Amino acid sequence: MQTFFQTLTTGLSDGSIYGSLALALVLIYKATEVINFAQGEMAMFTTYIAWALMGHGSTFEWWAFFATLGIAFVGGAALQQTVIRPLERASVLTAVMATIALLVILNGLAAWIWSPQLQFFPSPFPTSSWVIGGVHISKQDAGTFGVVMACVLILWLFFRFTKLGLAMRAGALNPGAARLMGVRASWLLALGWGFAAALGAVSGMMVAPTVFLTPNMMQAVLIYAFAAAILGGLESPVGAIAGGLSLGVLLNMLGEYVHPVTTELRLPVALGILLVVLLVKPAGLFGRVVVRRV
Amino acid sequence: MPALLELSDVTARYGQVVALHGVSLTVEDGEIVALLGANGAGKTTTLRSVSGTVRRSGDVLLGGKRLARATPEVVARHGVAHVPEGRGIFAELTVWENLRMGGYIVRRPDFATVLGYFPWLQERRNQQAGTLSGGEQQMLALARAFLSRPRLLMLDEPSLGLAPLITREVFRVVTELNQKEGLAVLVVEQNAAVALAAAQRGYVLETGRIAVAGSAAELKSNDAVRTAYLGY
Repeated sequence: MQTFFQTLTTGLSDGSIYGSLALALVLIYKATEVINFAQGEMAMFTTYIAWALMGHGSTFEWWAFFATLGIAFVGGAALQQTVIRPLERASVLTAVMATIALLVILNGLAAWIWSPQLQFFPSPFPTSSWVIGGVHISKQDAGTFGVVMACVLILWLFFRFTKLGLAMRAGALNPGAARLMGVRASWLLALGWGFAAALGAVSGMMVAPTVFLTPNMMQAVLIYAFAAAILGGLESPVGAIAGGLSLGVLLNMLGEYVHPVTTELRLPVALGILLVVLLVKPAGLFGRVVVRRV
Repeated sequence: MPALLELSDVTARYGQVVALHGVSLTVEDGEIVALLGANGAGKTTTLRSVSGTVRRSGDVLLGGKRLARATPEVVARHGVAHVPEGRGIFAELTVWENLRMGGYIVRRPDFATVLGYFPWLQERRNQQAGTLSGGEQQMLALARAFLSRPRLLMLDEPSLGLAPLITREVFRVVTELNQKEGLAVLVVEQNAAVALAAAQRGYVLETGRIAVAGSAAELKSNDAVRTAYLGY
């Protein structure tokens, strides 16, 4: 039973990281139908910025954490305005290709600026754990989960209760009608990219202490995030978080209880889930089936 | 004193297809003007050339100000509320969220006045707008448009898909908003009889050109208009 709860908390912690990156994907997909393949590399790049701000990772600094969120926000919005916005009238596929180009560029740029070597990234949480009823709950896991969920909650409050958040939701549902109400759609899309980039930065900074900082560190996480987003239904923000958490728990449980599933098999299993969902229930757990008239 | 809305020699096209061939019309303050015509005559495109949702050339003036290059959001901020074909309701948002979107460009949206005209919206405020009936959605679209405190309201086929009784109710509210609030209205309608009953003036479009213009009474007695659009 103790093992079960420990696996569960680790799973939730991993899952919150997948979920936040999945949510970033969903935010952009919902607004523009573009799947942002650069989401992971944007997160990696901003994590390097945080690492640089923290004196090359000597100690974790919360001010640097928040400064990085700000930089990520501005950077994400700027990318939308400079790279994606000019492609507004092109097909969605063109924009997707542009995000793949961004992926490669950011990856190369990070390796060039900071070298491709493994770097140590400090964790904001101590390595000790709480013992509750014989169950060891690592402070890192709890802290990661808490930070990610707090960010998600803030984002939810923004979308639910502010006028700007409402306009962003309306713009995602029906951009044409929103513009007729005076909504500056293009700026809101930039804002959406900003939020997605900031959310990605959170996942990057939270995952870096365990996987170490390298230009490739987010590539596996991005695959998990894809699987999580598909599992939840690409259009559903709640689904992205739920999908991330269930994926995290599932992968850790499989690793713990099903012995053939070793660390090497985690990624294939995640991709397997992605495929099965696409085949069996393409709309995901929380998505709606979209019927298009042709 | 310039007209509230003035189109002169407006041409609009979708790709290679020209939908408007030099349309000129005016709407004065406090007027209801009907825009009639068959399917494909360019009624919707005329409204779209005002709100900037179609590429157009020629002059579009609002209170003497040029709108010809303005984007939809800028036109809206100049005081034109366009209820488009299909009403443009945000189906997945609640009734209240739809209304808040109507007041998006206004610092303090006057919900009280609007609820005076549409009291039932109050009880339905938390309902998903997509679950309203067609007539209710049309009313919501009207209420939402009015919340932006427009100088000009443009309605595209408000009667589409509505029962005759509901259509009459929609036009009753439009007339009331016009008379009590001095709201100018440019309405596109297939149902010429209903539109001409509410309007003071009207235009008939045929294949992208103004074919007939005149007061509502003149149009009602015009033989060509009568046989083509009123059916008697």
